[in-house]
Amino acid sequence: MAKEVKVLGKWPSPFVMRARIALHLKSVDYEFIEESMQPKSELLLKSNPVHKKIPVLLHHEKPICESLIIVQYVDEAFSTGSSILPSNPYDRAIQRFWAAYLDDKWFPAFQGVSRAPNEEAKAKGLEQVREGLSLLEDAFDKCSNGKPFFGGDKIGYLDIAFGSYLGWVRVSEKMNNIELISKDKTPKLHAWAERFSANDAVKDYMPETEKLMGFAKMLMAKYQAAAST
Amino acid sequence: MADLEMKLLGLWCSPFSRRVELALCLKGISYDYIEEDIQNKSPELLKYNPVHKKVPVLVRDGKPIAESLVILEYIDDMWDDKPAILPQEPYERAMARFWARFIDEKCLPSIWKAFWGPKKEQDEAEKEACENLKALENELKGKKFFGGSSIGYLDIVANFIAYWLDAIQKTAGKTILTKESFPLLSQWKVDFVACKVVKENLPPWERLVAYYQIRIEAAKASNDDGKIQIY
Repeated sequence: MAKEVKVLGKWPSPFVMRARIALHLKSVDYEFIEESMQPKSELLLKSNPVHKKIPVLLHHEKPICESLIIVQYVDEAFSTGSSILPSNPYDRAIQRFWAAYLDDKWFPAFQGVSRAPNEEAKAKGLEQVREGLSLLEDAFDKCSNGKPFFGGDKIGYLDIAFGSYLGWVRVSEKMNNIELISKDKTPKLHAWAERFSANDAVKDYMPETEKLMGFAKMLMAKYQAAAST
Repeated sequence: MADLEMKLLGLWCSPFSRRVELALCLKGISYDYIEEDIQNKSPELLKYNPVHKKVPVLVRDGKPIAESLVILEYIDDMWDDKPAILPQEPYERAMARFWARFIDEKCLPSIWKAFWGPKKEQDEAEKEACENLKALENELKGKKFFGGSSIGYLDIVANFIAYWLDAIQKTAGKTILTKESFPLLSQWKVDFVACKVVKENLPPWERLVAYYQIRIEAAKASNDDGKIQIY
């Protein structure tokens, strides 16, 4: 019998990871459909004609797109498991603010580092990334209120939004031989990152750093080939 | 609901700022309005929005919230005893959020670029802007407003298209949102602006057109290759 919930995704994608963590937290059973992306499947193009991107959540065949929108949908549509967003409106607003910051400002800066045309641009990019991490260290302090996660005792919306990038952060650290989330500069984030990655709702979906690094190298080669033509 | 201090740091001509004012008015919430000077940002703005240093910022009892879409959801969450801005049903909510992000991430930037981007990129941007507007046109099929029979979250977020776009088209002497190409959006614009609460929260027309004219002249004079910031 076809499952009522399906996720179109790919294992390296932090955005797909968000959807999977949310579904896990809500104890929702689903079918995971691995998209090759080359070429994009008929189902993907039909379900997300605007952006043609993953993840797509299909609930009773109705598509929902954009990872953070999917996470909120899962929180609102399924009453099983724990709440993903906090109940207090102000706390919700703060988590939404930082999630938007991560996707609109921080991650593009992070991506910019690997695509930097020279060492100077790379250094500038890294500075922006580190400034952002310093802001997030502070945000963690305020959101967690002494508890283990941004969401408090349990993983919540902002943990999912930020934590899904950790695999790629580790790849960048290894490939550039640097520390981004460090014990001395961002101690709270460093400890949180370990807790998050080990969490039951996360560990099956967090890609292994070596495997992800292999994928990253392949992507970079493709990008450089395209840039030089 | 306890009457706590509420203030909005805004800018008269900013569609993002006006979104928040519209939402507050729809909910019947009173607030103090503080007009910010973007060229000379106040210490208060820098204190309440150190990350982006932008308006709008809503401050309730000393606690600030920034980013217009985040503020709109906060207002709806906080004053849930008043008529809802977002749809109630989870799938409808997801759709409203999807199209709101589409407007801010794809639609508005493409429109901006089509009119005020670097000259050599304007034609391509115009094509993209029209495709984006077509997607929104489709969303209006069978409805008076994006929110149904009355205005809601997505109508508020689309405010730029209802009013500000006309001011830009007038200043540039070029129209992309025509009745022939976009009959539903064209009618929606008329209906949206005719709503009493919307009319009361729009920047004065002549002043807006004059303001855009000044900004274009200033950008031309500074040889910025069309780098006019949206705000």
